[in-house]
Amino acid sequence: MKQGIFKISQNEKLVENVYKMVLVGDTSDITACGQFINIQLDGLYLRRPISVCDCDDTSVTIIYKVVGKGTEQMSKMAVGETVDVLTGLGNGYDLSLSGDKPLLLGGGVGVPPLYMLAKELKKQGKEVSVILGFNTASEVFYENEFKALGCDVTVTTVDGSYGVKGFVTNAYPDEYTYFYTCGPEPMLKAIYKTAKTSGQMSFEERMGWGVGACMGCSCKTMTGYKRICKDGPVMQKEEILWET
Amino acid sequence: MGDLSVNLCGLEIDNPIIPASGTFGFGYEFAELYDINCLGTFSFKGTTKDARFGNPTPRIAECTAGMINAVGLQNPGVEKVISEELPQLKKCFNKKVMANVSGFAVEDYAYTCEQLDKQSQVGWLEVNVSCPNVHGGGMSFGTSPEAAAEVVRAVKAVTTKAVIVKLSPNVTDIVAIAKACEEAGADGISLINTMLGMRIDLKTRKPVIANKMGGFSGPAIFPVAVRMVYQVANAVNIPVIGMGGVSTAEDVIEMMLAGATAVEVGAANLINPYACRDIINDLPAAMDKYGIDNLKDIIGGVK
Repeated sequence: MKQGIFKISQNEKLVENVYKMVLVGDTSDITACGQFINIQLDGLYLRRPISVCDCDDTSVTIIYKVVGKGTEQMSKMAVGETVDVLTGLGNGYDLSLSGDKPLLLGGGVGVPPLYMLAKELKKQGKEVSVILGFNTASEVFYENEFKALGCDVTVTTVDGSYGVKGFVTNAYPDEYTYFYTCGPEPMLKAIYKTAKTSGQMSFEERMGWGVGACMGCSCKTMTGYKRICKDGPVMQKEEILWET
Repeated sequence: MGDLSVNLCGLEIDNPIIPASGTFGFGYEFAELYDINCLGTFSFKGTTKDARFGNPTPRIAECTAGMINAVGLQNPGVEKVISEELPQLKKCFNKKVMANVSGFAVEDYAYTCEQLDKQSQVGWLEVNVSCPNVHGGGMSFGTSPEAAAEVVRAVKAVTTKAVIVKLSPNVTDIVAIAKACEEAGADGISLINTMLGMRIDLKTRKPVIANKMGGFSGPAIFPVAVRMVYQVANAVNIPVIGMGGVSTAEDVIEMMLAGATAVEVGAANLINPYACRDIINDLPAAMDKYGIDNLKDIIGGVK
């Protein structure tokens, strides 16, 4: 974990209510795909945890949806403004288990953390399939970005207005060796039930500070109590215990 | 540089800054960030006789100038705290730690305190009779002078170390409870625990917190905490630890003027993980600014 001041170099709308922000600063503590950062905002007490979409030596990209006060405030921030950010939080995805043909499934703003993962898997020479799920055509983002990485990309929309009609689980490829996913809990549950292979899922929870001491985001797993912020947000399929 | 040391129930501490229970784990998460030996001490995660998972999530809600938590005393149980957490803490903290204890029956408190009292790393026992987040325990002992006194007597009978009773602000007369604890043999009083609060999500029309209500903390409750510390410190003759929304070195001085011998810092740790270190570093300049050479001199300075 590292605390640092980051400068906003980009903050633009991708689709309705979804924004992409690029923050310039010390990214040295971001060590794995699927980690998150925790952003302090003026006038708000708790930090806002957002997953890392992409990262290089000097900048980190996040994609966020406006769902409340904090994200609304973020959407109005201007290029050049600075924010206090905790980086390098969470465990991230384990790439070593991917096999040759990993499948990445993202739903809505669960798509962003898969981007950096896809990039890294492609670097390792994997044959990466990606299924991006949205409600409707106007919500679709990052299809071309994943294609540009050389991934085989399928888009699904619930209303059928774009790509395959239905959910990400309606579009499994014939063959895949392992899966990685992030998205709303009903989607994760559906994947848990229908995926043919083992895999990893990234979870979301309201957090105190994101570094593991307050027990605000605990969950029960097959292997004991875990903290989404510190032991997660990524869990192995085999350790997940659905409570409802 | 001025003198920051204070004497807390017979033990000298380098400075009065103590991270509050539940915001600092068992210390080692923070030891990855800074040398926690700079602290006066810290109060570790509330420990019960048996392991507890606590409440369902969401356990956390944002508020103006504060937050609500309803963790519900998640902890590994006293046996594992002694066999696993304390040895791990020993690697990064060479001072005495404050053991925070909660329970659901008088005998639970006594048992857990007795076990922790035997640990050489433990300097003080902070007995929490004020957790607002568990049903049928915790706070129910802290809302009546008789029940609080009964816990104190039971704990004092089986321990040798200083017993500090952590009180709830969710009562009609905190002074009566503090006095009852003092008469029962308490060596110190710490206050305030969180205030019972609630938030509602306008979209779902449901409480934000799964447990519906939770403990409200943060800068918003600071004036209430200063008032209660002042009232209690003026009514008892044992040391008082002040807490509730403390975030800056100035807040520490204000708490001490109100009557606190030492000061716990809670929610601020979650906003700025370096909060306690920063407050300790800022204290000498703040003391200079207000003409304070020795922090001990200002305890209870306001009459």
